[in-house]
Amino acid sequence: MSEAAISIILLSAKVAFVATLFATPLAFFVAWLLARHDFRGKSLVQAMITLPLVVPPVVTGYALLVLFGNKGLIGALLHDWFGFSFAFRWTGAALAAGIMAFPLLVRPIRLSIEAVDRGLEEAAATLGASRTMAFFTVTLPLVLPGVLAGTMLGFAKALGEFGATITFVSNIPGETQTLSLAVYSLLQSPSGDAEALRLIIASIVIAVVAVVLSEWLARRIRRGRAR
Amino acid sequence: MSVLRVSIEGFAGRGFPVSADFEAGPGITGLFGHSGSGKTTILKMIAGMLRPMAGQIEVNDQTYFDSSRNIELPPAKRRTGFVFQDARLFPHMSVRRNLSYAAWAGKRKSTRPFDEIVELLGLGGHLDRNPDTLSGGERQRVAIGRALLSDPAILLMDEPLSSLDYSRRMEILPYLETLRQETRIPIIYVSHEIDEMARLTDTLVVMSGGEVIACGGTTDLFARLDLGPALGRQKAGAVVYGTAGQTDREFGLTTVDVGGQTIEVAGADFRPGQSVRLHIRARDVSIAIARPKDLSIRNHIRCTVEDIQIDETAFAEVSLRASDQLIRSRITRKSATELGITAGLEVYALLKSVSVERRAMISQE
Repeated sequence: MSEAAISIILLSAKVAFVATLFATPLAFFVAWLLARHDFRGKSLVQAMITLPLVVPPVVTGYALLVLFGNKGLIGALLHDWFGFSFAFRWTGAALAAGIMAFPLLVRPIRLSIEAVDRGLEEAAATLGASRTMAFFTVTLPLVLPGVLAGTMLGFAKALGEFGATITFVSNIPGETQTLSLAVYSLLQSPSGDAEALRLIIASIVIAVVAVVLSEWLARRIRRGRAR
Repeated sequence: MSVLRVSIEGFAGRGFPVSADFEAGPGITGLFGHSGSGKTTILKMIAGMLRPMAGQIEVNDQTYFDSSRNIELPPAKRRTGFVFQDARLFPHMSVRRNLSYAAWAGKRKSTRPFDEIVELLGLGGHLDRNPDTLSGGERQRVAIGRALLSDPAILLMDEPLSSLDYSRRMEILPYLETLRQETRIPIIYVSHEIDEMARLTDTLVVMSGGEVIACGGTTDLFARLDLGPALGRQKAGAVVYGTAGQTDREFGLTTVDVGGQTIEVAGADFRPGQSVRLHIRARDVSIAIARPKDLSIRNHIRCTVEDIQIDETAFAEVSLRASDQLIRSRITRKSATELGITAGLEVYALLKSVSVERRAMISQE
């Protein structure tokens, strides 16, 4: 495999990894809020989260451009105050991937939080456990398989993200050109078929490894419970 | 001496008002009532899972809740061991981790050694098992052990047997009796099964429609005729104390002395002189004016009619005194009229069936 191909794969992995890393805790927080609390505008929050899943990715990409571009509402502030920029950089690709993966992360986590019998937390309290202690010893371990499933799904989505990414941060080799974008570019050129095939195989391998890894982790969690 | 003092008003789940005012001493106090009578709500308020509107809750002179002084201890700070109807074992932990949860997650140091509780509840062989693999009875025993190891000042049991079938119940009951004797921990026992109350409790709090309608010694309350509907007509009856005598091994019967008169109960594994507690259901007691002969019912007790309650139904509730104990009988209103049963009349109570509820040494108050 060519050096260029390897750097594309590494960049994609980095983008997807960073996207999932930041999105997971936030998704957990939102899932918790939706599963355990009733508040005004709950359905609005729910709709907002689902939006990237239902609107065309190009629209999400455009929205990101408007909000986080260097002249965007939030992007301009970030640029002026922190000198930080998403536009046309790999961080922007990670942001786009994270936003697109977010609904896929929230859903399984929320379902698994809802599945936890709150009576178990009551039981923990009568046994002297503080709320924090009950969360870490009872709730979190029971929710973990759901979090893992969400993370895996989110990672896969982040890895394959195309539409929002190309709209928001364009297709810059070495900076924002992830696997999907690279495959797309190669298929545009008459001589790119062989290289494109190699990248396609690589992406399949990554996906399979990720699924196997998550299955293995889930099994370990389940078995760990027996002890 | 009272261990628990409750005087509260509040609301149960679907918004119906609940109020309770009672004290419980050492031993087992039964909180009895039909489903929806508010007994579980009261129990949850004691444990701090529900908040009463107003009132006080004290355990061992420590205030858990006092609306007038704005005191409300969180559940984790109350020393109430709670045994849930559905056990609520942590599914991701072994039996051992469940049992020791209060020690490692709750920072509670049990005054009773771990091994002692494990032995008391017969859990020795199950410590490394996963809760999912336990039978219903075993799960409930683990739940009881887990609560005991949280160093509770009082044990609250919410219908711990109701999710179990008959044979599992029979498997757990002896453990509960052992608990009562060995640990000396006061227990509040919620149930709608009158038989469990007759067998286990020393004091009874009867609830109906969200209110406490009677409170007192179990024997006294079981003898009261006016509690008929609340205690359940079909199963109502008296709790009577007696002393075991000779055992007839050939026929598998043991004599029991009840207030100077002798009756026979089924069973051959009694020690002579052992104190026994009998539950005699009102519907199993017939009344005869003269001592009957040639009858399959062998237990005849001479007694005096203490009270008779006749209402519009076809039945009459009769309370009979045999020396210092009361027996109840449920006969038809027609029989009562034809036999001319009135207070003070000397009659014979014919006991069709007597169940031995407890064989332990009982301190008779």
